[in-house]
Amino acid sequence: MIAYIIRRLLLFIPMAVGMVVVTFGLLLIIPGDPASVLLGQEASPEAIERLRDSLGLNDPWYVRLWDYFANLLSGDFGTSIFQNQPVATIILGRLGATLELAVAALVIATVLGLAMGVISAMRQGSIVDTVTMIFAQLGVSMPVYWLGLLLMLAFAVQLGWLPAIGRGPPLPEAFWAALTGKPQVLMDSLSHLLLPALALSAMPAAIISRLTRTSMLEMLREDFVRTAYAKGLRRPRVIIRHVLRNALLPVLSVIGLRFGMLLGGAVLTESIFAWPGLGQLTITAISQRDLPLIQGIVLTFALIFALVNLIVDLLYAAVDPRVRLG
Amino acid sequence: MRLPKPLRNPSFVIGAAITLFIVGCAVLAPYVAPYGVEQMDMRNRFAGPSLEHLLGTDNFGRDLWSRMVFGARISLIIAVVSVGGAALIGTVVGLVSGYFGGWVDLVLGRITDIFLGFPAIILALAIVAVLGPGIMNVSLALIVVFWTEYARVVRGAALVLREQNYVQAARALGASPLRIIFREILPNALGPIIVLASLGLGTAIISESALSFLGFGLPPPAPTWGWTLSYGTRFMRDEPWLAIVSGAAIMITVLGFNLLGDGLRDLLDPRQLSRGGGERRND
Repeated sequence: MIAYIIRRLLLFIPMAVGMVVVTFGLLLIIPGDPASVLLGQEASPEAIERLRDSLGLNDPWYVRLWDYFANLLSGDFGTSIFQNQPVATIILGRLGATLELAVAALVIATVLGLAMGVISAMRQGSIVDTVTMIFAQLGVSMPVYWLGLLLMLAFAVQLGWLPAIGRGPPLPEAFWAALTGKPQVLMDSLSHLLLPALALSAMPAAIISRLTRTSMLEMLREDFVRTAYAKGLRRPRVIIRHVLRNALLPVLSVIGLRFGMLLGGAVLTESIFAWPGLGQLTITAISQRDLPLIQGIVLTFALIFALVNLIVDLLYAAVDPRVRLG
Repeated sequence: MRLPKPLRNPSFVIGAAITLFIVGCAVLAPYVAPYGVEQMDMRNRFAGPSLEHLLGTDNFGRDLWSRMVFGARISLIIAVVSVGGAALIGTVVGLVSGYFGGWVDLVLGRITDIFLGFPAIILALAIVAVLGPGIMNVSLALIVVFWTEYARVVRGAALVLREQNYVQAARALGASPLRIIFREILPNALGPIIVLASLGLGTAIISESALSFLGFGLPPPAPTWGWTLSYGTRFMRDEPWLAIVSGAAIMITVLGFNLLGDGLRDLLDPRQLSRGGGERRND
C-alpha cells in the first residue's frame, strides 16, 4: 500500500507541472500585446508599460515560465490587475463558499443517485425502473443554470419557502452556533444552501444513478452472487454485502472523475444564486480580463480536482487490493 | 412482422425524432420562422403562446419561436464544429497512442490526463476570456476541452483491435503502420466514436449555452439560447416564460442527442468498446 501511495504521489507531480504549463499558456494565446489587450484601449502608455513589466512580458517566455513556477512554489500566484491584492488572498477568501456548495451537492447527489440506482436495478424493467431512468435522462440533459432558475422560481418566488439568493453564515460556523444554543443560525445557513446545492446535485445524481444501476446489474450476474444465494444467504444480505459492495467501486471512481463537473457547475450555480464563491469571482475576473486572477482560479480548480482524484484513487486502492497490486 | 432493430430501440427512435426536428428547424430557419429575429412589436410584449406567436414574445415583443429557431442554428453550428474538431484530434491521438504504445503512449497519455484535469467549463471560460467571443473562438475553446474523451476511448479501442488476428495478418503482409491504423483499426473503432460524438453534441450545446448565459458566448444581438435565458432571468419574477422557453429549448435538444447517443450505443457498439463512454464530461 505504501509503495502504491508513493507511486501515485509521484504521478501527481508531472500532472501538476503540466497544469501549470497549460495555465501559463493562457497568456501566450492572447492575440496581440497582452498588456494593451488586458487594459483596454483607453489605457495610458505608461500604465501598459507598467503592466508589461509586472507580467514580465519584456522577458522571453521560458524565463517567464520559470519565474511563474518559482513564484507558485513560494505561494505567490501573482497580483490581481484590478483588485490590487495578491491572487492567492482573493482566492482563499472565496474558496470556502465554493467548497461548501460543492460538497453539499456531492452529498445530495451520492445519496440520491445511489438510492435511485439501487432501486431501479432491483426492479429492472418495472415501472419504477423506467420512471427513475427517465428522471436520470432528464437530469443529464438539463442545464444546471436552468434547473437552478426553475427551483428558485418554484420555492423562492412562488412559494416563498426559501431565500432566492445569497449565502447565510458559513456552514461550519453555523454548526458551532447551533451547538452553542443558536439553532436559528444553522437554519439560516441551510436554507440558503439548499436550493443551489440541489440544483448542482442533479446532474451528478443522474450520472451516479445510471452507473450504479449498470454496475449492480453486472454484479447480479456474477458467480459469487449465485454462490452467496446457494449458501442460503437472504436477499437483503446478498444485495448489501456482495452486490452493492462490489458495484460501488466503479461508482466511487466516477464520483472522483465527475468532481470537475461539480466545480464547473458551481461556477454557473453561483452566478444564478449570487453565491459569493470562486464561481462569482471567475465571472468578475473574466469580465475584467484580469489574467493573473483568471490563471490563479483555473489553476486552483485544477489542483482541487486533481487532489480529489488522488484521494479517490487512494481510497479505491485501500478498498480493492487488485488496484494496488496490479 | 417485426420492426427493424433500430426502430425497436425507444432511445434511438425518440432521440432521432427530436434531433431531426431540431436540425430541420435550424436548416430551414428562414422558412420555419414566421418573423424576423429582430422584428419588434412593442404593443405585444411578453405575450403568451398563441397561434400568432407559437411560443409568445419577449420583452421587445419579438417572436420567441423565430428566435429559438435561429438560435438553434448558432448552437448547432458551434456544436458540430467543436465536436468534429475534438473527435478528429482525439481520434488521431488515440489511434497513435494505442497502436504504437510505449513512450508515445506514455507522453500522449500524460498530455491527455493534464487536459482532463481541468474542469471543462472553467477552462473553456478562460480560453474564451483570453481569445474573445465569436463562433470560432467558442468552438476552439470547446475543442480544447473535449478532445480528451475521444483520445481515451479510441486509445482503448485501438489497444484491443491491434491484437486482433486480422491486424496481425495485415502487419505480416507488410502493411505500413499508417495503412493499418487508418484502414484496419479506424473503421472498427468508428462505432464508439459515433456514439461519443452524438453524446458530445449534447454536451457541447450545454457548454455553449453556459458560455452565452454567462455573457461570454456570441455577443448579442445573436439570438443564442443561453443569452435569451440570461436576459429572461431579469424578468423572472413577473414574466418567467422567457427563461422557461429558452431553457426548455436547450434541454430538449440535449435530451435528443443524449437519447440518440444511448440508442446508437446499443445498436453500434455491441462489444462495448466505448464502455464508460457514457460517463462523458458533462460539466
